[in-house]
Amino acid sequence: MRLKTFSGGIHPSEFKDLTEHKSIETAPLPERVIIPLQQHIGAPAECTVQKGDQVTTGQPLSEAGQFVSVPVHASVSGQVESVQHMPHPQGISTLSVIISCDKDSSELVSREKPDMDLHSLEPDVVLDIIKSAGIAGMGGASFPTHVKLSPPSDKKIDTLLINGAECEPFLTADHRLMLEKADEIIKGIQVLMKVLKVKQTFIGIEKNKSDAIQLLQKKTKKFKKISIIGLPVKYPQGGEKQLIQAVLNRQVPSGGLPMDVGCVVQNVGTAYAVYEAVFFDKPLIERVVTVTGPGVAEPKNVLARIGTPFKDLIEFCGGYKTDAAKLLNGGPMMGITQVTDEVPVIKGTSGILVLDKKTAKIPAESPCISCARCVDICPMKLMPNRISSFVEHDRIEDARKYGLLDCIECGSCSYICPAKRYLVHYIKFGKKRHNELRASS
Amino acid sequence: MNRFISASPHLRDNTSIPRIMYIVILTLLPAAAWSVYIFGLRALWIILVSIVTAIATEWICQKCMKRPVTVADGSAILTGLLLSFNLPPAVPIWLPAAGSFVSILIGKQIFGGLGYNPMNPALIGRAFLMASWPVHMTVFKTVPKGMNSLSGIDSITGATPLAVFKQMREILINRADYLPEQVTQATETMYQLNRSYWNLFFGKTGGCIGEVSAFLIFAGACFLLYRRIIGWKIPAAYIGTVIVLTTVFGGTDGLLTGNALFHIFSGGLFLGAFYMATDMVTSPVTFAGRLWFGVGCGVLTVIIRLWGGYPEGVSYSILLMNLTTPLLDRYTRPKVFGG
Repeated sequence: MRLKTFSGGIHPSEFKDLTEHKSIETAPLPERVIIPLQQHIGAPAECTVQKGDQVTTGQPLSEAGQFVSVPVHASVSGQVESVQHMPHPQGISTLSVIISCDKDSSELVSREKPDMDLHSLEPDVVLDIIKSAGIAGMGGASFPTHVKLSPPSDKKIDTLLINGAECEPFLTADHRLMLEKADEIIKGIQVLMKVLKVKQTFIGIEKNKSDAIQLLQKKTKKFKKISIIGLPVKYPQGGEKQLIQAVLNRQVPSGGLPMDVGCVVQNVGTAYAVYEAVFFDKPLIERVVTVTGPGVAEPKNVLARIGTPFKDLIEFCGGYKTDAAKLLNGGPMMGITQVTDEVPVIKGTSGILVLDKKTAKIPAESPCISCARCVDICPMKLMPNRISSFVEHDRIEDARKYGLLDCIECGSCSYICPAKRYLVHYIKFGKKRHNELRASS
Repeated sequence: MNRFISASPHLRDNTSIPRIMYIVILTLLPAAAWSVYIFGLRALWIILVSIVTAIATEWICQKCMKRPVTVADGSAILTGLLLSFNLPPAVPIWLPAAGSFVSILIGKQIFGGLGYNPMNPALIGRAFLMASWPVHMTVFKTVPKGMNSLSGIDSITGATPLAVFKQMREILINRADYLPEQVTQATETMYQLNRSYWNLFFGKTGGCIGEVSAFLIFAGACFLLYRRIIGWKIPAAYIGTVIVLTTVFGGTDGLLTGNALFHIFSGGLFLGAFYMATDMVTSPVTFAGRLWFGVGCGVLTVIIRLWGGYPEGVSYSILLMNLTTPLLDRYTRPKVFGG
């Protein structure tokens, strides 16, 4: 088993011991679910229900008219309370369907198709199933999966990469999924391989998950086309471009996509969701979330219905500790701070993190001392000190020349800076400013 | 729940500017202690006066300029300490005060404080002192304790190793202009000089306060390298270049007869390469930029030592290379991933 990596990166403390040995627990059904219509990158889907309608678990709530779009589904059975704008974990307020949960009729009924034959599956049929099931990337980016699996005909795909890196500290959802649902993930991978017509698949897993590596190695022994690659523990090893560099030694061109170097990357959670959709006719209505952090009494990995408010899951995990101070959707490096805990779990919510006062303290900024730590560790080989400085002085064109748009916003630069400068913050702002200027010119 | 709202990343490394400064200061203390041991309490007063003046100057400047006072971050202390390391132990006590004052005021504060200065502040102070009081700065009278001579060899007592080297080299290169006895004497002295490695390395010679013990400087630098506070590129390029150029050009019997070891252990090269050239604010941020910076420092140091007016070239070469840092950064940008 080989050990390869990308250049740069940081080594934050992992904090995974809080939940890495805890099996996934199914969270109790909430009183109501809030299902945002937009949980994916792409065009919005049209809402197909209204207040007062009775819906059943798994019923579509919206219709995806455009190609780069996916529908959302009712994750519980019950009555639609309202369709209105509600807070969304990505910081904006979106049109959401609020369903009051009828606990008796919301249990998931297994609709396994016993005579489903992997070999008789047609790629087009599978893509249709994946789109109708509302599957979007479960690693956090939430890009519609059927679109990723349909590259234009001039892009030849030879490899599928499965992302089991889970490089963010605190998060263990993918780890537990690989340990507990290994067979299902492998079946999902086989479906993906069939759709993409690829000859080989690599599953990249960081070495801190050695039990998952061993288990998957054992289970994929008979599949010559699937290999497990152990990766060093480094952030952001799970970044798409860094993963491809490490496993395949190919660099995605600036401004390009993985398909430009002949591969497609999918998260292990997405592979699992594909399995459930194809073999069980089950749309994406629940996912594994790691509820953790120094501000949570009993950190756990929970299987939660999409739309469950964060508040309910935190209660299920023992509630807040007294010094709880910051609530995040996602991991500590790229997660989004929440202003309320009444936001719902969405398709891309891999973690709910509650930090304590000590970790949440925002240090004061000092001037840059040109120590170049940010330059040394940037996984995209940029100069964050220069780019953020240009943005501060509104020299957006200079920032662009120095690679502003290539930044993957991993946050490693701000993490490592001894002067505690807001590097990635200015870069994110600079990107937005760049788009504004482009649009207005 | 008391909510903090901020953008990601929400974790920060526990490194900070004060931590870096104080660790660097800590690694210089062994060399400081050694100099106090061999040069006496005089050296201690010089070090303390330099540091206290640096702190006071920074405090006054920041108050007058209505900026936040940042003396606690350790950078002024470090500048004061490094300046004192560049002074001969016999200087009058007001001299480090003058130098330190100029280092902080002109070398740092008028540019905006930490992070904004284009040149190494301690070296600015030293250059000012060299220009203003050249006699005080080049008279070495203090014989190290327990030793008989300043030069590390018994026959010459009045000059530091590099000064002796320069004198002897001058004679040997221009043999025709000197009497045969002088040439023989010079050959013999040069021979002894070239074998005084241990004295040079461990610091049993005369010289400036902080530069004599290459061994202790190197030990401190190893710790800094281990903790990744300084990188290997600048010192390696600097010292490597000096080794190559002095081997080729530094000898007196033609090309490739030079003694590199003598050169790297003498004259504060280690202090310069590990502590002054690696000053983060004034050195490049890119991989290639740092290598070129080190090479440039090496070239200039050797040119000054072998063919220039001074026996020692470290300070001026670093100051000159500091001026090229923005240029180096601009032309050695790393290739963007996927670019």
